[in-house]
Parts: sequence; structure tokens; C-alpha cells
Amino acid sequence: MSSVDAPKLGGTGGDEKPHVAFWNDPEKRGYLFQALLFVFVFFLVYQAADNAITNLTKQKIATGFGFWNNTAGFDIGQRLIPYETTSSYGRAFWVGLVNTLLVAGIGIVLATMLGFIIGVARLSKNFLVNKLAALYVEVIRNTPLLLQLLFWYNAVLKALPEVRDSVAMPGGFFLNNRGLFMPEPVFGASFSWVTWALAAGLMGYFAYGRWAKKKQERTGQQSPVLLVGLGLVIVVPLLIFFAAGQPLSFNIPDLGRFNIRGGVQVYPEFVALLLGLVIYTAAFIAEVVRAGIQAVSKGQTEAAYALGLRPGPTLDLVVIPQAMRVIIPPLTSQYLNLTKNSSLAVAVGYPDLVQVFMGTVLNQTGQAVEVIAITMAVYLTISLFTSLVMNWYNSRKALVER
Amino acid sequence: MKKVLMSVAVGAAFVMAAGSASAQTLNQVKSRGVLQCGSNTGLAGFGQPDAQGNWTGLDVDYCRAVAAAIFNDASKVKFVPLSAKDRFTALQSGEVDILVRNTTWTMSRDTQLGLEFGPVNYYDGQGFMVRKKLKIASAMELSGASVCTQQGTTTELNLADFFRANKLKYEVVAFASSDETIKAYDAGRCDVFTTDASGLYAERLKLTAPDDHIVLPEIISKEPLGAAWRHGDNQWGDIVKWTHYAMVTAEELGVTKANVDEMLKSTNPDVKRLLGTEGKFGEAIGLTNDWAYRIIKLVGNYGESFDRNVGAGSRLKIARGVNALWSKGGLQYAPPIR
Repeated sequence: MSSVDAPKLGGTGGDEKPHVAFWNDPEKRGYLFQALLFVFVFFLVYQAADNAITNLTKQKIATGFGFWNNTAGFDIGQRLIPYETTSSYGRAFWVGLVNTLLVAGIGIVLATMLGFIIGVARLSKNFLVNKLAALYVEVIRNTPLLLQLLFWYNAVLKALPEVRDSVAMPGGFFLNNRGLFMPEPVFGASFSWVTWALAAGLMGYFAYGRWAKKKQERTGQQSPVLLVGLGLVIVVPLLIFFAAGQPLSFNIPDLGRFNIRGGVQVYPEFVALLLGLVIYTAAFIAEVVRAGIQAVSKGQTEAAYALGLRPGPTLDLVVIPQAMRVIIPPLTSQYLNLTKNSSLAVAVGYPDLVQVFMGTVLNQTGQAVEVIAITMAVYLTISLFTSLVMNWYNSRKALVER
Repeated sequence: MKKVLMSVAVGAAFVMAAGSASAQTLNQVKSRGVLQCGSNTGLAGFGQPDAQGNWTGLDVDYCRAVAAAIFNDASKVKFVPLSAKDRFTALQSGEVDILVRNTTWTMSRDTQLGLEFGPVNYYDGQGFMVRKKLKIASAMELSGASVCTQQGTTTELNLADFFRANKLKYEVVAFASSDETIKAYDAGRCDVFTTDASGLYAERLKLTAPDDHIVLPEIISKEPLGAAWRHGDNQWGDIVKWTHYAMVTAEELGVTKANVDEMLKSTNPDVKRLLGTEGKFGEAIGLTNDWAYRIIKLVGNYGESFDRNVGAGSRLKIARGVNALWSKGGLQYAPPIR
């Protein structure tokens, strides 16, 4: 503290800054311009909003967010949360959002898996595998996604039988052009015990795994992690399940006059959209993975071989961890692309956020400005959250320099 | 300054909205030299382009009639194909001058969207189409069915109302365009296809085997289909309204495309007022006095338009029914020109 004050105490010597007008002081001038810019931008935004509202009112177009609680009056096919015709527009928004998150979430997981397989296959020394992967990437990457979605939707619909000719599979599964029907699990009251046991088992498994890893690093002795894990995660919850009197039954679907009744239904629209998104995005992820692996210098592989590692562990322990540093940032943008591309759902009749909210709700309320602003804010939030998670993961995988 | 800032910040939509609210649509159309008409993307009988890009249909004729009245040239129309869900935004933002796209006139659309609705050029109602092999005779037997429909339509809402009121279960699959909807129905995704009854007959022609499908007898709603324009421009509204009324009046008075030149010599005062040989009715709506003559000469009267697009002279063969003139038991009635 005192050292900072010292020059001031030094009196009127050469250390003291000469007194200058604030417009000649670059620092103060900087602040002034920043403030002016801020005011200007704020004014611009205010003017835009004000103008929009004035014009909308002049044209007698309803404004504001009052529509949120009005009765929607339309139906939605696939809904994961309760929704009825008499629900509000706000409720319809959530139904659409959940459907978007569902297809994006599952899509990201599947596209990553498929993308990594194709990416590694493109580097294979096997001629056939290599060329097939290259063909896949080039064909899929160079055709429009919308076309692919329509193709998959029609392919899915055409390939499946009509309801009357449903393919009945063992265990109460039915497959037809209305989707895949599965038995719906009905959980009894005491099923929560099993859930808790499973959660506790998982936590125990991770704790044991960490302990075993530390022990191995310290002493070189291995522990039976898999065996203990199986016991904790499967055997214990299973025992509790039987002890609680098997509190689980299934609602088996059966054939009605038109449709299959009961059970859980996987809609063909969902399958078509998921297929389209996964196959399309996987082609891009494959290229990202290939680039990442090729970015790892050949010397690393040779060094691993020299140490006597086989090709499998070399890829696992040496190449992939280093490749991940190159892969993660572009992978993030592929995840964002997949999420945003899911808005093409409207073409195949899948009730995602854009279809339900920006389609039907916008049309019925006529409040384009509000509805589109909300939709944009939602996609922005989803994208920022995805980026946040991936950046956190990236910082953990980044090169730690010692 | 305000205008510059606004255009920088908000983009085209608001700018157009701001421009159109105050400016006269008629002046804009005249200076542009072409009428921009919001049309269906393709509905046989109402608005559909053929392979050469020539638009035909009842709604298309309405737009052509407006263009004929303004320009004395029925071809000065640019048809803008709009999906059901985008149509109102396109009209609000000024992308089109008039929307004639088999659009149902409802109270909320009339009062909350900043639009005005005008004369009904087709009285319709919603119906259902199913496959014959399901052996269904009434819509009341549809419980548990999957229904394909187009989103952003009154159809979607009537459907929900009908099944709710009758306590029937159903599953809805909604598509953005009518083409995708009918394709999904054709592929067997749904048991039922629903839209306005006229649309059912038109869309049935697109199916692989049209004869395997029947339209159920129930009509579950009132669908007055008509023209819409932006709220606040009453002069433009007058032109749109009286264009339809002139066509209906012409049919009533027996003035047709073929005999309109002869009719100029008519001594019937009603005909004289319609064709502008007496009175200054055209100037009163900002046009020339031969406005209705132009419409009939270039497009024809309502009966002729109906007949060649949806009626006996078309593939749809829809009976006049409630769309007959009031004097023949229908609902088409024009206020007198005097």
C-alpha cells in the first residue's frame, strides 16, 4: 500500500503527472468514447423497439406477452409432458422445447459415436473400410440436410407395414408405419427404493474406482473394480427390487380399430429426424476426428510401438488423448449445428419448438415479433449452454504445461 | 433521422410495415405497375400454377379481377405462393397487397392481426377423407385415428374442437405445407386427412389412387373463405370488396365475358350503373368508371369463374350449393351498385 502512495508523497518532483485537460488524456478520452458508444447503441435499440411497438399498435396488431396464458386450442402429437387442447400457448412452448431437447440430446450422443467410428475407419489401412468411410462422408456432407430428412421420412414410412399388418415382436413390441410401440413401464410406489439403491450403487462404484486407481498408482496393485462395480450397480438394486415385492408392471400395447393402443410410442417423425440429423452430423464429426488424429505427430505412435504397446492401446492411451485437444473445439460447433438443424423438423411433421411455437402459435396469435424473439432467445440459450459445457470439458483436456 | 436509425436497426420487416400503414396501397400498386397477390402454393381450383407458370383458380381470378380493374390488364399480377403459417406475416409486412388464399375469416384474425377481411368468395366447411377399405360411414367412428393436417390453419383448431366435443381420441400429425400433408396421408401415416371440403376434393386428385378414398358426410365447421388486406386502408378495402360484388352483380344481371360489349348498349339501369355508362361509381373508389366492365371483359362474372375453376367445367366438379346466388337459394349476395 505504502509503496503505491510513495510517489505522491514525493512532492512536486518530476514524478507527478502534468495537469492535462481530460480530452487530451487518452485514458479518460477512451472512457468518454465508450460511454458515448454505449448511449448510442442503447438509443438505437430503444428506437427500434419503440418504432416496432408504435407501428404494430398503429396497424392494430396485438402486442405484448399476454398471449402466453391464452388457450392454445390445437393438439400436439408427440408430448413428453402433459398437454391438452385446453392448455395454454405457454404450455405448448414447453412441449415443443422438450421435443427439441430430446432429439438434440439423443442426436448428439449418437452422432458422436457414429462420427468417431467413421472418422477412425477413414484412417484404416483396410482399403474397403477406408473407401467406404470416404464415400459416406463425401455423399452425406455434400447433399442438403433437408433433402436427406425428406428421404429418411419417406424411407421410414414406405418401409414399414400398415397398422393391420403390424410386425409383432416378442415382449409386446409392435412396429408399423405409425411408429414403434413398446410396453410402458408402470412404476409401483415402492420403486423409489430401487432408484435410490441404484444411485447409491453408482456413487459407490465411482468412489471405489477412484480409490482403486490411486492405489494402483501408489503400489502398482490392481483391484477387482469391474466385479465390485457390477455388484454395487446391478446385484444390490436387484435384490432390493425383489425384496420390495417387484413394484414394476408393464402396460402392453394392443391392436385397436385404427391404431395400437397403450404402451409407449416412438413416432416415425422422430425417427426420421433423428436419423437425418445423426447421419448428417456424423459425416462432419468424422472429418473432425480424422483431422484430430492426423494432427498427432507420427513420432508419438512410433514411440509407443517402441515401448512395446500394441496398436489398440496406442490409439487408446497415446493418440486419442492428444487428438482430443484438436477435436473438441470443432466438435462443439458440430453439436451446435445439430441442435440448430433440428429446427428442420417442420418438414417432416415433428412437433419441435419451431414447428409448434414459431409455426402454429405464431400463426394463431399473429405476434411475430414476440414469438420469434422468444424462439431466438431459446436457441441462443441452448447453444451457449452447450458451448459452456464443452469449453469446461476442453479446459480439462487441454495441454497442462508443467 | 428516425427513419434512418430504424431501417438500420430493425430491418426490412418493420420498415415495410411502417411504410404501408400510412401510404395508400392503391398508389403503391399503381407506381409498381403490378399487383402482388398472396396465393396458395398449389390448391387445384383455388390457386395453382401449371407447368408453364400460369396461375389458375377461383382465388387467382379474384386477384386478376382486381388487377383488371386497376390496370385494364388481368396479367399484371405477381402471385406470391404462401404457406398457411406464413400468409398473415407476409400480408402484415407488406410483402403482398392482398391475400386471397382460401383463408377463413375469423374474429381473431379480423381483430388481432391488423387485417381486414372482405367478401366471401367461397363458403366452405371442414370435412374428413378416409380410405374406403376402413369401411367408415361417419366421422363419429374415428376414435383412435391418426389425422394428418396442415399447421397454422383453422382446420387444426376445428379438428381439436370436434374430437374434444365428441370425446373421441385421436393423434394429430401436423405439417407445414399441404403437399407434405397429403403425401404423408398417401403413404399411410394417417387414417384421416382433413381440410376444407373443397380442398379435400382438390387434394384427392393428388393421391396415387383417388378412387380408394371417400369424403365423409360430416361438415364440422363454417369456413367463409375470402380476401384479406391490411387494416387502415379503407380505399383499398373498397376496391377489393367491390371487385367481388361487381362479379356477383354481373352474374345476377346476366352480364358475361362474351356479351359484355353488347351489354354496354343495354337500357337496364342496373347494367348501366355496373358497366359505368351511367354514374361515376368507379371514380368514387379511385378507379375509372369502366372498372367493372374491365373485370367482366378480362376475367368474367362470378358464375363463370366458379364454373371453370371448381364447378361443372373443372376437374373438381363441385356443385354450386351454398355458393349459388342468393336468388337461387345460395349465399352469394352483392349490395346494390347505386
